[in-house]
Amino acid sequence: MAKSRKTSRKSALRTGAPRTDQRRKSPSRRSAAGPRPKRGATPRRVREAVVAAPVTVPYVRYSIRNAHWFVARALAQLLKESGLRKPQIDGLSVGSFGLSPDTAIGLTQHLGVTVCWLDHVPLGGACGIVALRRALRAVEAGDAEVVACIGADTNHVDSFRQSLSSFSVFARDAVFPYGSGGPNASFAFLTSYYMRTFGARREDFGKICIAQRDNALGYRHALFKKKLTLEEYLNARPIADPIRLFDCVMPCAGAEGFLVMTRERARALGLPFVRVRSTCERHNAFPDDPIQIRGGWVLDRDRLYGEAGIEPPDLDFVETYDDYPVMSVIQLEDLGFCAKGEGPEFVRRHSFTTDGSFPMNTSGGQLSVGQAGCAAGFLGLVEAIRQLTDRNLARPVPEARFGLAVGFGMITYDRGLCSGAAVLGRADA
Amino acid sequence: MIQPLTRPRRKNPVLRTPHPLLPPGGRSRAALGLTAAAAIGRFELQVCAECGAVQYPPSEVCRRCLVGALRWREQSGLGELLSETAVHVSHDPFFRERVPWRLGLVRLDAGPTAVVHLHSGCEPPPSRVRVGARLDKSGQGVLLAFPLHEVPNMADDPELREMTAHPKYRRALVTDGKTPVGQALVRALIGAGAELVWVGHAEPWKQQPGLAELEALPQTALVPLDVTDSRSVKQAAAEIGGKVDILVNNAEVHRTHGIGSRSGIEPARAEMDVNYFGLLRLAQEFGPVMRARGADGTASAAAWVNILSIYALVNYPPHGSFSASKAAALSLSQCLRAEMRPGGIRVINVFPGPIDDEWNQTLPPPKLAPAALAKSVVRALEDGIEDIYPGDVAEEWLARYLESPKTLERELGL
Repeated sequence: MAKSRKTSRKSALRTGAPRTDQRRKSPSRRSAAGPRPKRGATPRRVREAVVAAPVTVPYVRYSIRNAHWFVARALAQLLKESGLRKPQIDGLSVGSFGLSPDTAIGLTQHLGVTVCWLDHVPLGGACGIVALRRALRAVEAGDAEVVACIGADTNHVDSFRQSLSSFSVFARDAVFPYGSGGPNASFAFLTSYYMRTFGARREDFGKICIAQRDNALGYRHALFKKKLTLEEYLNARPIADPIRLFDCVMPCAGAEGFLVMTRERARALGLPFVRVRSTCERHNAFPDDPIQIRGGWVLDRDRLYGEAGIEPPDLDFVETYDDYPVMSVIQLEDLGFCAKGEGPEFVRRHSFTTDGSFPMNTSGGQLSVGQAGCAAGFLGLVEAIRQLTDRNLARPVPEARFGLAVGFGMITYDRGLCSGAAVLGRADA
Repeated sequence: MIQPLTRPRRKNPVLRTPHPLLPPGGRSRAALGLTAAAAIGRFELQVCAECGAVQYPPSEVCRRCLVGALRWREQSGLGELLSETAVHVSHDPFFRERVPWRLGLVRLDAGPTAVVHLHSGCEPPPSRVRVGARLDKSGQGVLLAFPLHEVPNMADDPELREMTAHPKYRRALVTDGKTPVGQALVRALIGAGAELVWVGHAEPWKQQPGLAELEALPQTALVPLDVTDSRSVKQAAAEIGGKVDILVNNAEVHRTHGIGSRSGIEPARAEMDVNYFGLLRLAQEFGPVMRARGADGTASAAAWVNILSIYALVNYPPHGSFSASKAAALSLSQCLRAEMRPGGIRVINVFPGPIDDEWNQTLPPPKLAPAALAKSVVRALEDGIEDIYPGDVAEEWLARYLESPKTLERELGL
């Protein structure tokens, strides 16, 4: 367990906080999540579900294929990666915005699969975490043996604009008619407010973008393959003040996926796997906040780390949901790496590169890889699985044992409604 | 500091006239309540009858108590500007032509947070603002935050000007412009900064008091126009149709008859010929070209005003056939409104109570002075309001009508 880990390991995230867990002694920090389960006292789950076979259907800026095609390509890769045959997949979870008028059920016929467990999770940036949670429960309950979790979307030339105007009733009634700036305008409000309130500078966000681009240079599927300089970042084309071009993700087409199965099954198949130490999910947290400066993680982080049996400093890397750099900073605060408002200072202290002091978005994140609709909700999770199973496509984080993947998404009006996170550990951690 | 609008340069006839585009106009049924209120110049939000919660964006349920019936109630609009942005890259063709477009995020004192268009007179956040509702070019209600206090050149804000039909630097046509109401309209338009007002007149030999002075103004020009004569309307449209930015249809025949007080249908036919067919003739000749000029620069075609009557809502039996002709005109005007929408042209219906003129001689006061009527028309243009009810009588009738049309019918028929 994490407590027994040597504190001198170089690869651990250096958050500046001492590794001894002072928070555990402070009962007030626990109130929101209720009492923490006693470590070791709870019997380990009888059937433990694990995650294996991370796959990526390479991203393209535009595709003439539909979302169904990308789901199918991901499923084919999952079969190839695992050596399983189609009939052996008895659970399917799909996150996609672009299937309309189909949902997951229509896909079973498109893909020619017969399953006894089916889920449709069109939750954007949170769909990977939510799909994972549900699939774990299904396998552990014995409702399914092997669940294929896939996030996929396509991107035609005009599909992003069309999806904006029909994204939600509130978006159509009360956001899109106001300048039609899409998420850029919504996050411009949050970024501007955050900068004013907590003293963040454009350079702080630039540092994150640049570090992620460095990470992306080692990841072959990233759409952005050129180094980014601070000057380029600061002087980029203005999009929605204070957001400029390199604060924004590139909408594209692609897919990500993984398999959830029992530990025994993964071993029998000879598949490298990771153990899911804990997960959390929260929707429409803090509805009375006038403007979003925090997400549901604040309510769930104590339970998240409690169940995982580790603390933030034990994590070796973090995959934030980086649709905009300000969201990465908010996630670092809300997930306990620093206090609210200390994000900018935290950013100034760390390098965020894979080989640096706080490896973050180790494949480059959406900011450099691209945002393939709902696949973006899987991107960090799939990269974390790769890091912890030594199946890296990006540069490996040295000696990584624990990783955190974060989900965030669904601005249906003025704020992202979904938040989630998963603490993943190596099979032997 | 708001940049004052500069007088548009004379149009180069060789240049292409931009095709009018509209901002996104799709709305849920619930959200149309904002539009309905904005159309009469009010800012209303849904208020729960059970728990009192004020909610935005609109929805069909109260999201606090899930029980109460939601009613649209007028709001002060006061709130705090939390954050602002200027959109430089828009996904919509309408806004792409108009960026940068300033937006704000406002926490209303009433509770909800709203995304709003942001008037350039507003101080940067954090600051106090007053949110109001306006109809945008698609004809749908939108929120716009104003500075708390009047600032110079307030009306010249480019976002506000897209939502209104302000007469400044625009050219207008007033049909039947020689009548007392017509003259008042011409003067009020000039007073609001109109570049030129064409005074339509059907009977050139007829002199009216005040006309000579009006004609002497540099901003006026007489134009022969008889709305009962298709050829006359066609000819006027051929001459000036491509330049009219605001058309005020003031032509009217008003006789004081019901059904039984006179035999034959001639007076009623004359009323219909001017009040209804006159509008139809004008709309057919002037409508299409105005619609095509909806985005023709800062002084584009902007509004069509029909002087109707409060009697268009419910028949006033002593003026029964006149009421019927105005009701017909109202119905046609709703059709015109739908047909002008693609050009972003606002169709404004004016429902005055009895005007202080010869045809209302026998009616008791209060009666509406022509100048007061003209003033409210100009206000409707400046604020982009779609339906106005000038005068105390009209306001009272409207209130009674909204409460119960059937009751009002009985009250007037006694």
